[in-house]
Amino acid sequence: MRSQIEGSQAVARAVALCRPEVVSAYPISPQTHIVEALSDLVRTGELSPCEYLMVESEFAALSAAIGASAAGARTYTATASQGLLYMAEALYNASGLGLPIVMTIANRAIGAPINIWNDHSDVMSQRDCGWIQLFAESNQEAVDLHVQAFALAEELSLPVTVNMDGFVLTHAVEPVDLPSQAQVDAFLPPFEPRQVLDPGEPVTIGAMVGPEAFTEVKVLMHAKQMQALDVVPRIASDFEDAFGRGSGGLLRTYPREGADTVVVALGSVLGTIDEVVDELRAENVDVAALGIRCFRPWPLEEIRQALQGARRVIVLEKAFAVGIGGIVGQNVRLALSGLPVPVFDVVAGLGGRPITKRSLHTLLADVLHERIEPNQLTFLDLDRELVQRELHRVSQSPRSGPHAENILRDVGTVAAGSH
Amino acid sequence: MSETIKLYQLGTFAVGNRLLDPDDRSVQADVERSNTLTSGHRACQGCGEALGARYVLDAAMRATAGNLVAANATGCLEVFSTPYPESSWQLPWLHSLFGNAPAVGSGIAAALRAKGRTDVRVVAQGGDGGTLDIGFACLSGMFERNDDVLYVCYDNEAYMNTGVQRSGATPPAARTANTKPVGDEPGNVFGQGKSAPLIAMAHEIPYVATATVADLHDLERKVERAMEFRGARYLHVLVPCPLGWGSAAADTIRIARLARETGLFPVFEAERGEVVNVSKIRGRVPVEEYLRAQRRFAHLFGEQPRTDVIERIQAGADRNIRRFGLLEEM
Repeated sequence: MRSQIEGSQAVARAVALCRPEVVSAYPISPQTHIVEALSDLVRTGELSPCEYLMVESEFAALSAAIGASAAGARTYTATASQGLLYMAEALYNASGLGLPIVMTIANRAIGAPINIWNDHSDVMSQRDCGWIQLFAESNQEAVDLHVQAFALAEELSLPVTVNMDGFVLTHAVEPVDLPSQAQVDAFLPPFEPRQVLDPGEPVTIGAMVGPEAFTEVKVLMHAKQMQALDVVPRIASDFEDAFGRGSGGLLRTYPREGADTVVVALGSVLGTIDEVVDELRAENVDVAALGIRCFRPWPLEEIRQALQGARRVIVLEKAFAVGIGGIVGQNVRLALSGLPVPVFDVVAGLGGRPITKRSLHTLLADVLHERIEPNQLTFLDLDRELVQRELHRVSQSPRSGPHAENILRDVGTVAAGSH
Repeated sequence: MSETIKLYQLGTFAVGNRLLDPDDRSVQADVERSNTLTSGHRACQGCGEALGARYVLDAAMRATAGNLVAANATGCLEVFSTPYPESSWQLPWLHSLFGNAPAVGSGIAAALRAKGRTDVRVVAQGGDGGTLDIGFACLSGMFERNDDVLYVCYDNEAYMNTGVQRSGATPPAARTANTKPVGDEPGNVFGQGKSAPLIAMAHEIPYVATATVADLHDLERKVERAMEFRGARYLHVLVPCPLGWGSAAADTIRIARLARETGLFPVFEAERGEVVNVSKIRGRVPVEEYLRAQRRFAHLFGEQPRTDVIERIQAGADRNIRRFGLLEEM
């Protein structure tokens, strides 16, 4: 049913349609509306049978999910930002144990400095934790990906995160078509794992594996992740057959492959990029957008296919690795290795800074007119003057201090105290 | 049999079942016991934790007719019982992480409730480091929510699995790998202490008990009592560690008994935050006898004995005796 609904509410309803038996939750913005809505659905009995655990930390939220999933329950949780980092140890544990937990990440920056707004620093910091990582571009896609995520997780016995941009999507009210319970029931079979914690058939799970078998276990984890490169498109195709709309998959290109210039991105910014692409194509600039919907496993071959004819690739990403640069950019370069396609790493939207059409037009013009070098790390809309001034000050007086507060002291503003 | 048997008439707490009513005999005396932690594991000789865990889990298995699931924290108990591909566990058992066993237990209990399997009960267990330090937030959360989990802490008073480092349960003056008997204040600091049982009681959960491996009948009885309640329960078992305490493997039971008889380790039961039963000291012993049996306190008895430190430890034991009423009424 199509309705005007907040992204978080829509996702909560989609999750409920998947009939999770255990939901564990801990509050962190901007994920809170999702688990609040699920609490309502459990309390009113609309989602039943389901146990809702409001725990004392994100670490406990995922730990409870691990116990519940190992006991054979379909299990869901959600988090963001610092919460995802606080889960880090349990993230690796869940994937290592092959537990098909589904988790929403309402993507948000990581501190310090503390910042509650959207970027992809959270999920990118955990990119190699063994979870399948899907990215939603719209709230409709977030809804659809959650339904697909449970099917994917349970088929491959791997945990799955569905990433949706914090606030930009979670708090946006827009039209969403929610599937019916009958549709979801037909698409998603009951959860029937091979091994569960059952007194009728006792198993030991989580034993200490030594050097004689550890590598093999890890290789099997990798092999299962790589199988997702086949399973993700198949489930997306099955979903389209069942629900009548395309959603998910590994990649999507707009408007078509084969453009001279391709902008690669993940998540909601693709909507803005598509509009810029339309405007530039109207001016006969041959540009296209490539959206990555599945970041882990990395669809290397598919990306190589999609980009190999391009004359240049711009990777616009909402996170970066301090000390080296672009993260998605590195992955794209790997996909293009041996091909003469220059890659431009552009970091944008950190800590919620808006990515505007105007800035994107400027960026595209700079790239097309060779005012930016490939392989040079570029920050969109950077206040260069402020950064240069602070770097200069530090070079004159190299003493340690917190970055953000150093700037304040430099401009004569003291945040606390009377002098 | 009308007369109440006092087990100490036999000089030991561990045998004497033939004199008891069948209903009062220990679970371990039953050939039908489940051997939940079965033989072949790799615990050290004289390991108090292995002994305690076997009694706890077999008693819990009997109390639940075998419908039991265990969550285990990282630590000695996990490492010595599950060297892949082997396992000593004869119940469904999950090890996740060091600090999350209470939360994993909560998750298992939630799954069982959702599936209508309320006949299956959950035990979560760990050592003192996993319980009092790294897992403390998860433990408190599980208590506060009153999740249907029996949490068992096997307390050997330090991080034994990683090589005997100090934990929040290490007693004052004890030598560990990072509180060595060097400097002016040898051994562990005299802090404020951290009584997990009292903190558990402050959550007003249905049942809290302490026990030692010196009185295994008492331990079994407390497990059975714990399983009569629904909700969060906490059992804190003192389990001497020959390796970490520097004691003879054959002395594990004796040292556990001395811990109780000195008053250093009060043995009691509490329901909903109120103490309901205290195991009285039968023959009071000065702490020196307990300390001398363990090399972790050897530096107190060197060429220049630290009588000042021993007196402080004795004062702690005396306080426990007053606070919990550990002596028989005169």
